[in-house]
Amino acid sequence: MALVFAGVASHAPGITGRSDRADPEVRDRFYAAYHEMAAAMRRTEPDALIVVAAEHFANFFMNNMPSFAIGMADFYDGPIEDPEWLGIDRVRVPGDRDLSRRLIERVMHHSDVSYAEEWKFDHGIMVPLHFLTPDYDLPVVPANINCQGPPLTPLHRAWTFGESLRAAADAVPERIALVGTGGISHWPATPDSGKINERWDREFLDRWTRNDRSALLDYDDGAIYRDAGQGGFEIRTFVAVSGAAGGATGTVHFYAPIPIFAVGCTIATYDLAGPGGAQGPVGGQRTAGEVGS
Amino acid sequence: MSLYYVQKFLFELNRSEELQARYREDRSAVLDPYELTEEERAALIEPDIGLLFHFGVNGQILMHFAALHKIEWSDYLQAMRDGVERHGPVREGVYAVTGYEGVDAHSAELGQAPAPPGAAAERAGGQ
Repeated sequence: MALVFAGVASHAPGITGRSDRADPEVRDRFYAAYHEMAAAMRRTEPDALIVVAAEHFANFFMNNMPSFAIGMADFYDGPIEDPEWLGIDRVRVPGDRDLSRRLIERVMHHSDVSYAEEWKFDHGIMVPLHFLTPDYDLPVVPANINCQGPPLTPLHRAWTFGESLRAAADAVPERIALVGTGGISHWPATPDSGKINERWDREFLDRWTRNDRSALLDYDDGAIYRDAGQGGFEIRTFVAVSGAAGGATGTVHFYAPIPIFAVGCTIATYDLAGPGGAQGPVGGQRTAGEVGS
Repeated sequence: MSLYYVQKFLFELNRSEELQARYREDRSAVLDPYELTEEERAALIEPDIGLLFHFGVNGQILMHFAALHKIEWSDYLQAMRDGVERHGPVREGVYAVTGYEGVDAHSAELGQAPAPPGAAAERAGGQ
């Protein structure tokens, strides 16, 4: 039927795995913002949730690395990491193979995407789900952008991927929520882990909330690596959501560097009901023969 | 130098409990199917986290290998710092894009204050 919700959120494993070591005041405000995002998403009555992630070599490796992938299964197991290390129990998350297939078929009209009938979730999806659907009662469609193994997906292709997801969401009868999850600046799992470039993050979020396409695409990976670390490559997931938002502007509900979580913790959404938000960027109308064939 | 095969072994090890069990039993034998130099084999058998980081192994892969060996997070971070100090900048892969001169040099480059004492322990809690 439509894309009914679009937002972005952080996914660093420390968010759940090291929660006891963060400043409780900041941490609890962050968790509250995450839970409010979940409530806002539920108010839109979604039938399924697409998570645009930047997975970390849990499924995809340099032997066959897709620029884009979408899951097409009725269930997904996770987390792949040690549950105790991550602070999230192993679960089977519901998917919707039929919906995935219809979305993928439509996405393929504008973006070349790999599909995966098997996909193990790592922290990049499990941490957001821990807050957004803690009872795992909403079917999830995982999507991935290669943010890890260069050559990386170009930013403008991430934008187009978002547009393709929007067109697909608008073409199926279900109500679709979309959440991108990644960076922003961080240096995960390296000697610089814990460093956060707040100034860079706030500049990026300004571009993101204005949904300024040219400004969002005006980054190159050399500068991102220098200023925002290899974790900054994950802005691709945020940019995809911008592309899907069809001109809507956004609001940052929470941003604070939490070094113990190794990332500037972020919760932000687009106002799809506002000016520009209702526009389907590349044609949202379903046409006969395109769906479920 | 075959960073690809070093990372491929670690990727497969991270995903497979069966391979982990065989690795525990005979570290050398499980490496045979991979195109590795003697230096790389030795680093994977030791294991030498600092040298593997110097080779350019991605931290998202390396951190799970360290965890498998029960290396505490702060020791893992320190091992990477020591590796760079001992062997030089990361020589291939993502982290070799601009070289790596250490945490404080990196902070200075970004116009940020050097990490205060104790920051390493704080970092240890993050990813």
